Amino acid sequence: MKTSLTINGTEHQLDADSRTTLLDALRNHLDLTGTKKGCDHGQCGACTLIVNGRRINSCLSLACMHDGDEITTIEGLGQPGNLSDLQDAFVKHDGFQCGYCTPGQICSATAMLQEVKDGWPSHVSADLTGDVDLTNAEISERMSGNLCRCAAYPNIVDAIRETAEGRK
Amino acid sequence: MNAHLKMDKPDDRNRLDDMAQGLLGTAMDRPEGPLKVTGTATYAHEAHQPGMLHGVLVRATIARGTLDGVEAAAVEKMPGVRKVMWGDKFLRNPAQGTANKAPVQGSSEIYYIGQPVALVVADSFEAARHGAQSLELRMTAGTAVPDAKADGVAVERPEKKQSSMGDLKAAMQDAAFTVDQRYTTPGHNSAPMEPHSAIAWWDGDQLTLHASNQMLKYNVNEVADSLGIDPENVHLLAPYVGGGFGSKLGISPDAVAAALAAKELGVPVSVMLTRQQVFENVMRRSETAQDFQLAADKDGVLRGIGHTARVSQLPDESFAEPVTQATPFLYKGENRETHMEIVRVNQTCAGSVRAPGEAVGLTALEIAMDELAVATGIDPVELRKRNIPDRSPGEDKPFSSHKLAEALDDGAAIFGWADRKKGATDGEWLIGYGMSSAARVNMIGESHARVTLNPDGTLLIETDMTDIGTGTYAILTQIAGEMLGVPQDRIETRLGDSKLPKSAGSGGSWGASSAGSSVYMACEKLRQTIAAKLNCDEGDLTLKDGTATFANKQTPLTDLVGDAPMVVEGAIEPGKTQKDFRQATFGSFFCEVGVNSVTGEVRLRRMHGSFAAGRILNAKTARSQCLGGMTFGIGMALTEELIQDTRDGHLVNHDLAEYHIPVNADVPQLSVNFIAERDPYANPMQAKGIGELGICGAGAAIINAIYDATGVRVRDLPATMDKILPGLPDV
Repeated sequence: MKTSLTINGTEHQLDADSRTTLLDALRNHLDLTGTKKGCDHGQCGACTLIVNGRRINSCLSLACMHDGDEITTIEGLGQPGNLSDLQDAFVKHDGFQCGYCTPGQICSATAMLQEVKDGWPSHVSADLTGDVDLTNAEISERMSGNLCRCAAYPNIVDAIRETAEGRK
Repeated sequence: MNAHLKMDKPDDRNRLDDMAQGLLGTAMDRPEGPLKVTGTATYAHEAHQPGMLHGVLVRATIARGTLDGVEAAAVEKMPGVRKVMWGDKFLRNPAQGTANKAPVQGSSEIYYIGQPVALVVADSFEAARHGAQSLELRMTAGTAVPDAKADGVAVERPEKKQSSMGDLKAAMQDAAFTVDQRYTTPGHNSAPMEPHSAIAWWDGDQLTLHASNQMLKYNVNEVADSLGIDPENVHLLAPYVGGGFGSKLGISPDAVAAALAAKELGVPVSVMLTRQQVFENVMRRSETAQDFQLAADKDGVLRGIGHTARVSQLPDESFAEPVTQATPFLYKGENRETHMEIVRVNQTCAGSVRAPGEAVGLTALEIAMDELAVATGIDPVELRKRNIPDRSPGEDKPFSSHKLAEALDDGAAIFGWADRKKGATDGEWLIGYGMSSAARVNMIGESHARVTLNPDGTLLIETDMTDIGTGTYAILTQIAGEMLGVPQDRIETRLGDSKLPKSAGSGGSWGASSAGSSVYMACEKLRQTIAAKLNCDEGDLTLKDGTATFANKQTPLTDLVGDAPMVVEGAIEPGKTQKDFRQATFGSFFCEVGVNSVTGEVRLRRMHGSFAAGRILNAKTARSQCLGGMTFGIGMALTEELIQDTRDGHLVNHDLAEYHIPVNADVPQLSVNFIAERDPYANPMQAKGIGELGICGAGAAIINAIYDATGVRVRDLPATMDKILPGLPDV
């Protein structure tokens, strides 16, 4: 099935089995292996990427559903030598150990900070309509769709908060 | 040149303290960090090869019996499917850590539900998955033992796993205070974020395998033996490993299946376990039932300890969760009974999950100690300090170094243990405080590394050691940089290639000490060579920022190396200091929980760990290892539990939706502190393992805090709401 995907600003013409998930399209067809497969069932968040500005689990979405979509993967956020602020903060704060969940964490956090900026409340927000106070609890709650078995969670929170504060 | 040390004598020279570079022990960023945060580090399933096919494993659906055949023809007719394979070489079980030979093999005998018995290979992953889901297996069911806890199950009591000392029965009768309780822990899964996967291809009789493994030296032999080929013909690569936690110590079924298929079809083949297959195929920590008897005198000093633990395992497997491992050395007591019991069961193979033994054994002991603290009315910290032995009482060995008392005091001070308020509440939340000791045996394994000092002053470190998130790239870089006075940006560390010098691998908390010591040995030899060129003693030589200084004269390293690189292979192996002394790491955990007085929900509010593990090689990565261990403890205390169907032994909660590892919101901003220690008996770096200490006892601190908050003593982990709710005080 033919699908046109714009990935990290470059248009790709994909011709793949209609059963191919967006995750497997990236990994097996387009050689973009930065996006990781951890569970293939939307349980772990390792495959998180950004589609038209919103974070999704790419294992739960078929590639053919994304014809014409703008997709940002970890490779599009920064490269060694030219890291995004979040990527840089993750290195500094050791926001990972094995590194396997990390692309998903960083894609998720990138989109999450935009959600905060846009005033989206979360389960732990005291006020559903005002500005979000980005407390540790807010960050933890909003990042709980991304599992990390190495459990770098405290460092991930530090990295995200520092990045958010740096942008203020 | 070579430099080899057998660790027969303590090394208290603390040579690393004399070095000038100032790199070791610092919180240096991981050198591979930029690759990991950009998705450019290549894990096992990412070494894509031209023309690569995809394989998906098929699982057995009976607990015991035979596989008489598979309906291959129907599946091989499906679009894109190339081949259906099964047979004698498929792994029945994954290999245990340091097995060094093939695990039990063969598709024809089925021993548990989920056993990988066949592989479907296709042009695409989607076609292979469809084929695997469609493949009909012809099976004949036999008689299974699906339930380890059923009445009348046969119990083995291996003679080597039983020990008695003194008269525990009399000690219990004479004791002023006793604890006599059963504690149970459920099965656990390592659940690394990267599923086990492999890409295999052949060049003639040479096999190249990109796999997700922790111990390449052993894994090469396991692969070769499984395939019936010469280990010389196996090239194993694992430069980045997406977590292991014990589950990747030995080879897993994906690697052998990929190699068999690649050979048969003459093209590269990839196989990645599904998340469900990770749970069903590659090791569970056995559930445990642990009977503890503590006999204490009027001052709370232990006179006796009894610890009988029952675990389960498949037939034909020698590994048994070493539950009682820390019991002989942690606390005083001249009367002891320590016993292990094993039940044979048709369930997923039991094997190493982070800190086999202490993770569950020490956790139960530390809950029992809290019960003793309550019974005696002695503060739990003070009770533990009164019970620290001078020698390992159950083994009659001296300790190499012992910092439990310091860790208890340090943790209590940082946490503010003395300031805790009894009976505190926060709205509808009941607040409680708990603590426990941490302990884990320490060891090294034979390890080799090559260090090359190049004419341009750069350093290259090479070993088949892996970095499974533990920080190997960082610490080997730091050790060499410190010893040879070379800044980080002039050092390259290459790991995870079986053609490089053979290391102990990652596991049992021995990786940093073993691989690090081999690098240290090579660097010490290089220092001696440099010193000889300057006509000075190695001890009088200062190396910093690429410059050698002796007697106020500075010489660039590049002038000393000459035209050819200086190459040394360093090696370490365990010796008498490991056999004759009890080496262990120690620590303490302190935490504050809130228990909801209406629902029984437990939220961890605060947790601190103080740890003594010899010299700390990297303050940042060591801390992260402890955060990870403590979080495994949070999971063990509150949510993690493998559930098997008692009718057929199948794992009911075989994925991350149903097996609940802690998420970000379950983990507060944990704090960690390290106690200064140099253990001369451990190795020439005086460093000890840190990868597992953080889990050993952590769960008990939480269970003890729940008791403090509510008066509910949970002895059957995890402490889910159903176990707490009935005992909650009326509000």
